Amino acid sequence: MVDVISTRGLVKTFGRTRALDGLDLEVAVGDVHGLLGPNGAGKTTTIRVLLGLLHADDGDVVLFGGDPWQDALMLHRRLAYVPGEVNLWPKLSGGEVIDLLGRLRGDLDYRRRDELLERFELDPTKKARTYSKGNRQKVALVAALASTAELLILDEPTSGLDPLMESVFQDCIREVKQQGRTVLLSSHILAEVEQLCDRVSIIRSGRTVQTGTLTELRHLALTSISAVTIRPPTGLSNLPGVTDLKLEGQRVTFDVETDQIESAMRILMEHGLRDLTSAPPTIEALFLREYGDFMAREAARSAPDAAGNMPTGAQ
Amino acid sequence: MSDLNGTWTLVRFIGHRDRLRIVLWIASIVLLVAITAPAIRSLFPTQGDLDKAAVASAANYAVIVFNGPVQGLATVGGEVAFQVGSIMLIMVALMSLLMVTRCTRAEEESGRTELLRATSLGRHAEIAAALVVAAAMNLLIGGLIAAVLIGQRLPFAGSLMFGASSVALGMFFGAVALASAQVTENSRVASGLAGAVLGVAFMLRALGDIGDGRLSWLSPIGWSQKTRPFAGNQWWPLLIPLALTLVFLYMARTLGARRDIGAGLVQPRPGPARAPRNLGSPLGLAVRLQRGTVLTWAVAMFILGVGFGSVANAISSFVGDSQSMKEIIARMGGTTLVDAYLGTALFMMAIIAACYGIQSVQRLRSEETLLRPDQLLTTPTSRSAWVASHVTVALVGSVLVLVAAGLGAAAPYAIVTHNAGQVPRIVAAMLIYLPAVWLLVGLATALFGLLPQAVGAAWAAMALYFMVGFFGDLLKVPTWLQNLSPFQQTPHLPAAPLILLPLAIITLVGVGLLTTGMVAFHHRDIG
Repeated sequence: MVDVISTRGLVKTFGRTRALDGLDLEVAVGDVHGLLGPNGAGKTTTIRVLLGLLHADDGDVVLFGGDPWQDALMLHRRLAYVPGEVNLWPKLSGGEVIDLLGRLRGDLDYRRRDELLERFELDPTKKARTYSKGNRQKVALVAALASTAELLILDEPTSGLDPLMESVFQDCIREVKQQGRTVLLSSHILAEVEQLCDRVSIIRSGRTVQTGTLTELRHLALTSISAVTIRPPTGLSNLPGVTDLKLEGQRVTFDVETDQIESAMRILMEHGLRDLTSAPPTIEALFLREYGDFMAREAARSAPDAAGNMPTGAQ
Repeated sequence: MSDLNGTWTLVRFIGHRDRLRIVLWIASIVLLVAITAPAIRSLFPTQGDLDKAAVASAANYAVIVFNGPVQGLATVGGEVAFQVGSIMLIMVALMSLLMVTRCTRAEEESGRTELLRATSLGRHAEIAAALVVAAAMNLLIGGLIAAVLIGQRLPFAGSLMFGASSVALGMFFGAVALASAQVTENSRVASGLAGAVLGVAFMLRALGDIGDGRLSWLSPIGWSQKTRPFAGNQWWPLLIPLALTLVFLYMARTLGARRDIGAGLVQPRPGPARAPRNLGSPLGLAVRLQRGTVLTWAVAMFILGVGFGSVANAISSFVGDSQSMKEIIARMGGTTLVDAYLGTALFMMAIIAACYGIQSVQRLRSEETLLRPDQLLTTPTSRSAWVASHVTVALVGSVLVLVAAGLGAAAPYAIVTHNAGQVPRIVAAMLIYLPAVWLLVGLATALFGLLPQAVGAAWAAMALYFMVGFFGDLLKVPTWLQNLSPFQQTPHLPAAPLILLPLAIITLVGVGLLTTGMVAFHHRDIG
């Protein structure tokens, strides 16, 4: 498999802030790759390094086999970008911005543009000054989706969209995928990532903490089981991979790793299983698990100066 | 008083955020006044020297146009008010209108106001806070100036009057800016409107002062000078700006209460659904973004030129057979009084035109901080192409602005003298400053590439050139420092002969600075 994006040990510091701290990221051709992480994790910094807007302090970064800093111009012919915060020129109309970006890229397809305007229900005659956040995002999305770029880099593209538009967006991304194009989608909306992405990288504090297919990641997550048995299910506590075991009367609840589900079921059945609900592993659960300890640490660290300085993001 | 809820918090916030800006404004204005009295004492050590200077100034219309009415010139105090009063008043007015626009419309335009209004902040809190900050700065400047002058053994009443006249003008322009910030949704247009009032005020008083002084009564700057500091001291003219300040404040309050947040009085119209043909390149975008600014500048400079040109007429009609006139003309090495005046007027307009050049290049930085180039630079648009687009607009725009200024200055003079040949002569004399203006464009570009956070330093260079140009001799600025100014190096046509070598050197330095900026931008992070 050929990688469109490949970074290894990426480091970027702003003053004393270490925004990227050895980040690894690999995005294969034709994949929709999710970049997950909380605010300030380094998602936008990663993307801006990939776009050649920032120069990495250390590490390797390869985009389409080239160097995003050195070969920016050549690489930009092959990609389209939607920034997280879309700032448009207030005096230009939405239609003008879309046409301008398309012409600069050199691949503006007017039919596709008009079709997208209709699907996203965007009025192109309004001045950018009067657009809401969601509508500004639609302008950038239409401009990017109307292109024929091989790679779409989207930085939290749906944070201002309503649920209806969110589903239009998901349809568009599926079409892009069918055309064999590659998408890097940064998000903190887990449902969106679950819907769209083939592979996911979870980053925090500028480092990749998990990466893999959704199946692989689900495997890492735990399934929550709640069951009623006639006799107390002894033996569960000795089973490896079982955590958070609680017994309340006849009801037992616990989390179990995917490869231990079968053994757990066997024990439950041996003790007279009467009722069973199981919640499948979600990215959300994985996300929370990956962040749980991290958040706790952060909270402890920032508590002393919580009264004064607001913790600032990676920007 | 719930409408004013949170004003004090906002004032402290502005005081903290803009502390450097506030200190620089106050320090530069007070310092400028503070160094004048010692300079005058060393330049004119005896009463005889002062008397002689007074006679010369009274006959020199070119000086009166820039400095103001001739009053009490035979005293050190009167000479201080004459030499530094006009520029002090202009600086105080600029400071007030820029600070007020910055704290009101610029904040609103950025969307930050919305964030604040959603808190328990009162409806008029921003207006009130901007007013309090401007008032505090003006009072501090006025008080310090009065104290410094008293400390320099100048008459008590005159020093107080001089300080008070500056406070009154500052407050007037603060109030004007507060009102204009309500009218338009663009902060640049808002400060431009208030700036236009300042320009008209200067022109009216220049025309008034070379005549019988009646026109000066229509000018806010005139009111401050009619207080005659060190030359009789009359308080009552300050009642006019005081009353009008209240009128403009009432206007700002009423307009502000009626409109929606973010909106002006003029509603935006829908634009085209498709981009016009010429909007498809970085240059096309830069032209589109800046054409309004260039046009406004060209029109403003044309009007300013007409003002200066009309004064040239007045001067030429004054030039009679008086002995003092002949002496002055002789001292100027044979150039006519009108040409001497034009030499100074064009020099001054060149310095103002350079402000356009700097402002135009700084658009690069304001775009960058809003992350707008991200979308452009991730298309196959090179960094150089993007920088070059705005720099090109700045360079070509400078030509337009200078030509407009030259045409403005030439038109009334050519009409009255029935001499169309004056037009190319004066326009060419104006364009002599093009290399100097371009050097400033280059300086701003170099700063943008090398030290993007410090692009404002170009204004400091500008202020230095201005001071050197107007006070260089008075303050005995060392020659090497004077020589650093490209405007000083440019021959002041038509009052001086044309020399090409300095123009070539200035052009080379400008090109060097431009290149440095473009190359440096290639090697730095964006954002």
